[in-house]
Amino acid sequence: MNTQKKIEILADAAKYDASCASSGGRKKDAPNHQGVGSTNGTGICHSYTPDGRCISLLKLLLTNVCLYDCHYCINRRSSNVRRARFTPQEVVQLTLDFYKRNYVEGLFLSSGIVRSADYTMEQVVEVARSLREDHDFRGYIHLKTIPEASDELIALAGKYADRISINIELPQQQSLDHLAPEKNLSRTREAMGSIGEKIAEFKPRASKPNTPRRQRKKGLFATGQSTQMIVGADASNDATFLERAGDLYGNFKLNRVYYSAFSPIPDASQRLPLVSPPLVREHRLYQADWLMRFYGYSVNEITTKEQPNLDLDIDPKLSWALRNREFFPIDINRASREMLYRIPGLGVRNAQRITQMRRHFPVSTSDLIKIRVSLKKALPFMITADHQPARLEIDSEKLRAIYAPPPAQLEMNFTQTPSIQVPKSAVIGGEF
Amino acid sequence: MEICIYPKGLLEWRELARELLAREVPPDEVLWQSPEQNTLFAINPVTDPKAHSHFKVSKEFLSLANTVAVHRSGRQWFHLYRALWRITHGERHLLSLSSDKDVHHLKSMEKHIRRDIHKMHAFVRFRKVDDCPETGREQFVAWFEPDHKIVPLTAGFFKKRFTGMNWSILTPDECMHWNGQRVHFTPGADQSFVPSADEQDELWKSYYRHIFNPARVKIKAMQSEMPKKYWKNLPEASIIKELIATSGETVAHMHEREPSPEKKAPKNAYLDAIKNLPS
Repeated sequence: MNTQKKIEILADAAKYDASCASSGGRKKDAPNHQGVGSTNGTGICHSYTPDGRCISLLKLLLTNVCLYDCHYCINRRSSNVRRARFTPQEVVQLTLDFYKRNYVEGLFLSSGIVRSADYTMEQVVEVARSLREDHDFRGYIHLKTIPEASDELIALAGKYADRISINIELPQQQSLDHLAPEKNLSRTREAMGSIGEKIAEFKPRASKPNTPRRQRKKGLFATGQSTQMIVGADASNDATFLERAGDLYGNFKLNRVYYSAFSPIPDASQRLPLVSPPLVREHRLYQADWLMRFYGYSVNEITTKEQPNLDLDIDPKLSWALRNREFFPIDINRASREMLYRIPGLGVRNAQRITQMRRHFPVSTSDLIKIRVSLKKALPFMITADHQPARLEIDSEKLRAIYAPPPAQLEMNFTQTPSIQVPKSAVIGGEF
Repeated sequence: MEICIYPKGLLEWRELARELLAREVPPDEVLWQSPEQNTLFAINPVTDPKAHSHFKVSKEFLSLANTVAVHRSGRQWFHLYRALWRITHGERHLLSLSSDKDVHHLKSMEKHIRRDIHKMHAFVRFRKVDDCPETGREQFVAWFEPDHKIVPLTAGFFKKRFTGMNWSILTPDECMHWNGQRVHFTPGADQSFVPSADEQDELWKSYYRHIFNPARVKIKAMQSEMPKKYWKNLPEASIIKELIATSGETVAHMHEREPSPEKKAPKNAYLDAIKNLPS
């Protein structure tokens, strides 16, 4: 089989993995006019596919042959997809060829489980070793690891990679038992725990001036780990997803949890019939995740016992504000930054701009227009130098109706696959 | 009224600004003009270097000025002098006033230029022109059309990243070249010096085709990050149309197919072993 055919099969095999960050790497450059590659900590998207996703890394499976039978996965052993296998040298060559043309930031390598966890990890690690040691490659390397692999192999993976990750895939064991019988949640958590400890151990600390020398002696380790959860394959509600994310951020200091809407694959399993991917739900989970990481919200604030799922029509921050009207209005000329973060339509950047400006003059509504705050969203919740909302004049239900899209007439169309309306905000990551 | 022709770069502007400040010329009395515009009035040469005043500005202003200096419009010189005047006339905190008109103009120019630089880092595509087996330094060349005159601002990035190969990046404004020792600049060129294809293009296009998930088409999201103006220099962009056109059918096939039956686990010692692991 030629390289072209292998790329087709093994990129197809890799595309459903959203946990493929290329940021947060340790800064490094090609040394002394040889070798190739640099990592500057932020990561670059070198292209975008028509699904709106960024191509940053060359994302491949070493092989899509797999012993496991995870029902959501295109590569499960029961699937009838074509199988292929790269040699480590083929992947090394492709990475270098693509990198030198500035197609990619580096390599994201994963693999089906063949023979055993250790055997598979050895092959994956060999690719990274060869890139680093034989070719002086200083680009980004992200390796997928297997929780059951030996500590020595995980240490080696961490030595060569900027980031390593294990996909938790589903938020609870019960779901794994049904859909991914070979996977085990507590083993995954345990592995994440020991990787987290290694990352912390090797992390340079400003308070310890002698760290660099010690590091050189001990070698280096990846600077972050991430994971992915598939949304819409099992019956877990959003609260379960967010609690699991909170568990991973809090206990193992993960850099990122990715949410991946379960999406049709070429060969469905009997246990998991295909549906259209729940893209809006995925988007709301990302927004909720963002609130947890940067805005100081806890899981219990974002979802409640009565409403364990996120509102699909409005974003989770607005949803919280409507449930907690007594918290508002917030005076933007007096409130702390943390309070400003609670105002719907006001992002972290604009909250910072407001605190800077108000040192010099009382901030009024026209200032907010100039820095492009979404006034429609924000005004009912804030006091500015020249605006006072009619307090509780409009109740939360009516306010919600203003923001939520009008109920759409459902059209039945049997000839085409259903198209999904993604809210406009879905294309703008980050602030909301 | 003073008339200043757009300076060639930041250094030249700084000289002009120093002199204007020294003579206490307020920004409303300076007309900044492109050389083409300047036909009616005589040029008012500002040439007395002794008249220079020394003024202190923040690092933030310097970095802002350094970036917006490469803006293609020329309008930055007017806003920069206005901001400088105000900073040196009692508004030292000017840059922290995000809703101020001058600040807003300068910051949005800065944002456009930073984005332009970022997109150049992302979308330059090198094509190999020579293996150079005798030196071991492969030779690559690329063509790019930036919105602003950013070429020198990107030199550091390309030098660090592609140290081990020789490369040239050609643009209509200016070209830069790296030979392993230093980056040097030459006048703008045209695309005819760059080969139209590369031996890796087909593999790269295959990768692009197969990493795309046809079940979640979001064309707007793609175009907001990779606007069409870049497509003509991206080998992968030639198949975008086709990918979008065939995506519905591809997904429909997935939905139509009967699910496949489960296969029993093969005999494998590792699979047996993980069954017995403590969990």
